[in-house]
Amino acid sequence: MRIVTVRRISQTFFLILFLWFCVASSLGTEWWRLRGWPISWFLHLDPLVALGTLLTTQSLYRDCLWALATVTITVLLGRFFCAWVCPFGSMHHLVGYLGRRGKPVSMQINLNRFRPAQSFKYYILIVLLAASAGALLARFVRIGLSGSMQAVGLVGVTLMAAFFAAKKTTRRSARIASAIVALTSFWAALASLYAVDRMIGATLQTGLLDPIPLVYRSVNLVLLPLADAGFLKISVSQRFYEGAWLIGSIFVTAILLNLQIPRFYCRFVCPLGALFGVLGKYALWRVGRKSVGCNECGLCEAHCEGGCEPLGTIRVNECVLCMNCLDDCRHQCITYSTRPSASGEHSSPDLSRRSFTVAVASGIAAVPIMRLGGHLESNWNPQIIRPPGALAEADFLARCLKCGQCMRICPTNIIQPAGLESGIEGLWTPRLNFRIGTSGCQLNCVACGHVCPTAAIRPISLAEKRGLLEYAASGPVRLGMAFVDRGRCLPWAMDKPCIVCQENCPVSPKAIFVHEVFETVRGGIVHVAKTGESSIDLREATLKSTQFATGDYHLRIVAEGMEKRYPIGTNTDQTISLPDGRRFDEALPLGSAVEIQVRLQRPQVDPERCIGCGVCEHECPVTGLRAIRVTAENESRSRKRSLLL
Amino acid sequence: MNQDLAEHPHTRREFLLRSAKAGALIAASSLAGFLLHDSKGPAASSDGDSGSVSLPDFSIPGLTSRMCIATGDDRTRTANLALKSLGGMETFVQRGDHVLIKVNAAFATPAILCATTHPDLVSEVVRLCIHAGAASVTVTDNPINDPESCFALTGIGEAARSSGARLALPRQTDFHPTTVSGGMLIRKWPLLYEPFKGVNKVIGMAPVKDHHRSGASMSLKNWYGLLGGRRNIFHQDIHRLIQELALMIKPTLVILDGTFTMMTNGPTGGSLGDLKQTNTLIVSTDQVAADAFGATLLGRSARDLPFIGKAAESGAGTQDFESLQPVRVTA
Repeated sequence: MRIVTVRRISQTFFLILFLWFCVASSLGTEWWRLRGWPISWFLHLDPLVALGTLLTTQSLYRDCLWALATVTITVLLGRFFCAWVCPFGSMHHLVGYLGRRGKPVSMQINLNRFRPAQSFKYYILIVLLAASAGALLARFVRIGLSGSMQAVGLVGVTLMAAFFAAKKTTRRSARIASAIVALTSFWAALASLYAVDRMIGATLQTGLLDPIPLVYRSVNLVLLPLADAGFLKISVSQRFYEGAWLIGSIFVTAILLNLQIPRFYCRFVCPLGALFGVLGKYALWRVGRKSVGCNECGLCEAHCEGGCEPLGTIRVNECVLCMNCLDDCRHQCITYSTRPSASGEHSSPDLSRRSFTVAVASGIAAVPIMRLGGHLESNWNPQIIRPPGALAEADFLARCLKCGQCMRICPTNIIQPAGLESGIEGLWTPRLNFRIGTSGCQLNCVACGHVCPTAAIRPISLAEKRGLLEYAASGPVRLGMAFVDRGRCLPWAMDKPCIVCQENCPVSPKAIFVHEVFETVRGGIVHVAKTGESSIDLREATLKSTQFATGDYHLRIVAEGMEKRYPIGTNTDQTISLPDGRRFDEALPLGSAVEIQVRLQRPQVDPERCIGCGVCEHECPVTGLRAIRVTAENESRSRKRSLLL
Repeated sequence: MNQDLAEHPHTRREFLLRSAKAGALIAASSLAGFLLHDSKGPAASSDGDSGSVSLPDFSIPGLTSRMCIATGDDRTRTANLALKSLGGMETFVQRGDHVLIKVNAAFATPAILCATTHPDLVSEVVRLCIHAGAASVTVTDNPINDPESCFALTGIGEAARSSGARLALPRQTDFHPTTVSGGMLIRKWPLLYEPFKGVNKVIGMAPVKDHHRSGASMSLKNWYGLLGGRRNIFHQDIHRLIQELALMIKPTLVILDGTFTMMTNGPTGGSLGDLKQTNTLIVSTDQVAADAFGATLLGRSARDLPFIGKAAESGAGTQDFESLQPVRVTA
């Protein structure tokens, strides 16, 4: 079998596997639904996910260990992932193929030539990683400042390692390496002048452009909801995602750019590709030209996916191992072997020292600048309600990939991608919206934490979520708290019986309780014209027939200082009668005033019990701006936000 | 391929070198991966759990409780007189001591409104401390209004500096979590701890003020200003909080200034009409007793202020100030 056929089978297999994982990320009892399938496997294979979280948290969460497999194979073979595994890459590959199909060979060669701008993706990678590295830097600085010789030694060794790493990854090595050391020292010096923790922070923003979170997000939040509306019918009701237009536009733009230049995203933008390019520097086997037999026809470059110029000085870090050159060469002059190409190799990206320095500096500086908005401090946005089990905000932002897995799995569709409400750092991170979905956060559901690939949302147990068993002392996980808006609530503002919120409160004992009151209705003071045993005629003929026949209305009679209340059975425009079988205890004096009252139960929230699940908000009949709304005050993930002692 | 390599020794060496580097890269990344692997996942919450601190006992060991009630309209004179009658400042501050003065600088209002510790009193006490041989005197508070404005407008900042004290404005990094043992409220709560480092004597200086929620703001309530964070949530249980504050810190001395008492509209005041000239200054080693007497200046009694009873109950002092046989002097 031809190598390119094997590659196509591999690509098809992994693309279908990926799409199936996305489809399987739904709750249900069918075998193809979520039942232990490794639906986040591609995210775990992604070494940029692993490296990013490693920098921000100095730990590698559970299945992220899979990334080691990818790293190992990449170190041995080069960027195999891009053209053999990556689902986003396969989409680009396909569309790029359709775009260049039928064009003359010369034009195709021109489309697939190397462009210096392909270096751009390395800068993206550097900026994103530098932004993730702040906390680690701070840690080093703290160790360094602690003053012990071992600590200083450790920092020294790390700096040396960084020096050599930088020296190896770029072509203009020595100077860039000195630049990285200078920058680190500068930042360390700066940090030592200020309080370290406030000066430097880490934010995980790799997920914005990392192709795996990007493609998960796009399929989860855009393609599947669209397909679902049409033919798929995975979900019972239409799935909605706020701001899906932006996620969709970016996805579609990335895909359509292939028509301009094949694999546009892979060549110019993809930070994961850049990381693979660096990792594959020492690949044992590599594509290259033989020294004899080549007549330089250029066919090898016609279908080159990486734009790596196999005919000339091949750029090893750009080669995605599509093997098209191998297949296209009529003279078997292109080989995949342990030997370097006869026409020479570039194995490192062409980065200038200045731009490299700027990229590192902007990445590190971006974090404190983004945080000047104060969203992690006193200016935190109470509208951002995180899913159950989410870590405290700074830790959360150090882990969230914005992949949309939690948003996809949430059975009620309430987990939504955030916009800029909590600052640019929080873009596309999960927040709860109790209006958009089908209910609130379900009391007995912990799905989101269990699909989260990086534990930004911890995989909590039901016992922990509900505060049962060993968690009884710490109490249930609270997402926020419901507040009654007394100006909008029907019983509070309009004297209309309601308490849908109280009925739906899933907590036991209920977090919503009621105050029972009787209020005289508008125009409800009327005068007795004639009394019967169980009905009265009124002097006024102002009532609407059966208006007070709902069972909620009462007649309040004050006579000789005694207050009595009778339930109203029904009424006509001028009479009020008691329910069947009820009689007035004594005849009412003619001409005396009686009051028509409504019995109201006015809801109130018990902050000790409310878990912020939002079911009340979802069910509130005031459908626009709800009369009971959850905000993040009192959420259990941050003690600083607690409302009560 | 192998044949190819055999024919080109240079290529072979290059390949071996490359393999070695690739192997090293794999080994390094695997090692890092395994060392840093976290199979459990992160813990529930990390905020505010690190490094707990607590304050030592600043009272003079072996010294029985002393209290003086001085009458007069000149703070400098009453303060001197009161301290003298208790054995002089030298009884409380010895040569080489590092003294911290916790003033009440809560609001950015002028001294004349008596919502804050009076700067004249601050100057005099600082002077006396230095005269007694104190190696350093620090004045601090975590006010409610903007700290810099508070210390500037109340005159306390200038008074402290000009009399030789160091002013410690509260910075975010000065706070460390503290837990009052046996307390229910102050648990892992940020405490303005940094100014206490190296300090062995603490003097609390507060004015006597009406306070709507707790009934009165005097020596005990003054320690509220050592807390950071969202401390206003403690208003839900203010008497118990003040009780815990009395347990959190055992000062060397408190100076309670009732030269003017803020009778109404406390604790901010804002008008001279809120004040009543009561011409009294209390110096006491028992902060509960000081407040118990202070209550009388407000026309209240210790029984009207639950926090006094609670503080006494938990052993922070006595509410029966007469049992201390306070020295009464008139300037």
